[in-house]
Amino acid sequence: MNVVYFAWVRERIGLPEETVDTDAATVKDLIAELSAREDRYAAAFADTTALRVALDQELSDFDAPLDGVREVAFFPPMTGG
Amino acid sequence: MAVRVQSDPFDAGAELNSFARDRTGVGAVVSFTGVVRDTKGDLQEMLIEHYPGMTESAIAKIADEAVQRWALADVLVIHRYGPLKPGEPIMMVATAAAHRAAAFEAADFLMDYLKSRAPFWKKEVTAQGAAWVAAKDADEDALKRW
Repeated sequence: MNVVYFAWVRERIGLPEETVDTDAATVKDLIAELSAREDRYAAAFADTTALRVALDQELSDFDAPLDGVREVAFFPPMTGG
Repeated sequence: MAVRVQSDPFDAGAELNSFARDRTGVGAVVSFTGVVRDTKGDLQEMLIEHYPGMTESAIAKIADEAVQRWALADVLVIHRYGPLKPGEPIMMVATAAAHRAAAFEAADFLMDYLKSRAPFWKKEVTAQGAAWVAAKDADEDALKRW
């Protein structure tokens, strides 16, 4: 699946998007999997209360299942307007 | 209904005139323009990042809800991304309705939702460096009144 990052999440991880081969069942599982990879992921995902997630470009939550999802996006709370 | 997400500057006055023109069934047109604010006098640039695709669909969803709830005749949302200088317009909303209460309320609703539910992120660049603007709890709380 495609995983995309925005704002400081993108900066901390060091890339805007990547293809991840995963069997993670939920967003939480994907975060655990990525965090175990390298310190930069662990740092970005350390405090999930400071993060938001979108599944196929719709806001979602960390318990949401990833079945059938093509794109997961992680970013800080939005600051539009 | 029109939603535009663009890096180019826009002329808020010209946009409003064009939005308000040739409407006969409408008694009220309200607009809001957001401007890059230099709070401490040291802002060089504001960088706005967004999520292409989700940005447009999220704004369209918010605008649709406003049209339904306040029976708007029309709505316009323009939001910029990329590097912006202090004093430049960042975004605008305009609403057209039969009466002013609906037009004002819908514009207020749109602004509250665009702040916290449209995928934009602001970064301020000063001589001291660059820092992401943190979302405010008050902005999230503002959604509760709707």
